[in-house]
Amino acid sequence: MIQKEVASLQAAVADIADGATVMIGGFGTAGLPNELVGALLEQGAKDLTIINNNAGNGETGLAALLAARRVRKIVCSFPRQVDSHHFDRLYRAGEIELELVPQGNLAERIRAAGAGIGGFFTPTGYGTELAKGKETREIDGRMYVFETPLHADVAFIKAERGDRWGNLTYRMTARNFGPVMAMAAKTTIATVHEIVPLGTLDPECVVTPGIFVHRIVRIDRVATSAGGFRQ
Amino acid sequence: MAEAKWSRAEMAARVARDIPDGAVVNLGIGLPTMVANHLPRDREVVLHSENGVIGMGPAPREGDEDFDLINAGKQPVTLLPGGVFFHHADSFAMMRGGHLDVCVLGAFQVSASGDLANWHTGAPGAIPAVGGAMDLAIGAKKTYVMMEHTTKSGEPKIVERCSYPLTGIGCVTRIYTDLAVIDVTPRGLVVVESVDGLPFDTLQARTDAPLVRA
Repeated sequence: MIQKEVASLQAAVADIADGATVMIGGFGTAGLPNELVGALLEQGAKDLTIINNNAGNGETGLAALLAARRVRKIVCSFPRQVDSHHFDRLYRAGEIELELVPQGNLAERIRAAGAGIGGFFTPTGYGTELAKGKETREIDGRMYVFETPLHADVAFIKAERGDRWGNLTYRMTARNFGPVMAMAAKTTIATVHEIVPLGTLDPECVVTPGIFVHRIVRIDRVATSAGGFRQ
Repeated sequence: MAEAKWSRAEMAARVARDIPDGAVVNLGIGLPTMVANHLPRDREVVLHSENGVIGMGPAPREGDEDFDLINAGKQPVTLLPGGVFFHHADSFAMMRGGHLDVCVLGAFQVSASGDLANWHTGAPGAIPAVGGAMDLAIGAKKTYVMMEHTTKSGEPKIVERCSYPLTGIGCVTRIYTDLAVIDVTPRGLVVVESVDGLPFDTLQARTDAPLVRA
């Protein structure tokens, strides 16, 4: 019998090793799996490489992981936020490595890893400093930059509803990086607000098929605020 | 100064006038977001946000916010009938793949050949953050830039060559400033219109690249 449901957040993250590469879904606080990140902080793994769109907000989740100096490197598109002070401090002190990736390249490099693609040529970033040193090619009169896949040991995904096979649905813009990160990691751990009996999810509405998901944990629904920067 | 400048609202209204019925549009963070408030009511314009939504509606009333429904600026929005959600790789495929009709972006500088600099000042100590700027710049069928004509200290933002780090090369179609609307064309920067009472030579003096009369 397939049973991907795990009883606790602690059990779900117990085997994450020092030096692991961990993808964390989410954009703003929508889809941000902070409960799993909190469990990882408690578990103690260090020397981590984190792949996330941002570099932590405020004091919780990824920001707390940074503050505890568990992260060696961040791969992200938008580290600077009004409340990204933990990242800012570590970055300015040269205590964290940053790989800055245009957001679409980040998503596509993750997707490529999950799809078994060895890299791709993209027009994004051509001629900019983020493409410096990268292979370029002219294809049908347009210039492209070669980008490589981004793999991870573990992906943390926040979904809405799931079943014991790991099939997932999402809620509104909380979907963001979830479906592609789920594909790109050796072990994908998803939190959901509800685990339903097999056959209950409408097969037409499942966004992430269970084949991409290895562990699923139920968490309570808590109100979030979007965070990010103010205008 | 003799001439009146266009206000931010007037700039937004001017951009909105150029967005046709049926267009799918991405409005960048900051000044471009204001364009949404000026779209003519008789046109059906669909708003895309790169975090994974098409068919965005206006901001919710206070108390009705749902923080699972936000835009790229991480502000709560609403969903119009027909609106849909999708993941990030699909969202950026829409942008990179040329499926968006128009994107409107802010800028630090635009060059004579339509190069865009809008993500990083390159200042020492500044933490670089790019987000979706590079994908947006090169992907849409038309890339409009909306910005003040000069910096606060009066330096031209339309320049022969960008001195700030580039976001994209030759990607800007049209520039809307508080002084003029300028097309980037093979024959140069063509002034489509300018504020009342502003002589061409004065506009040229505030622009660090040659302008062409329409």
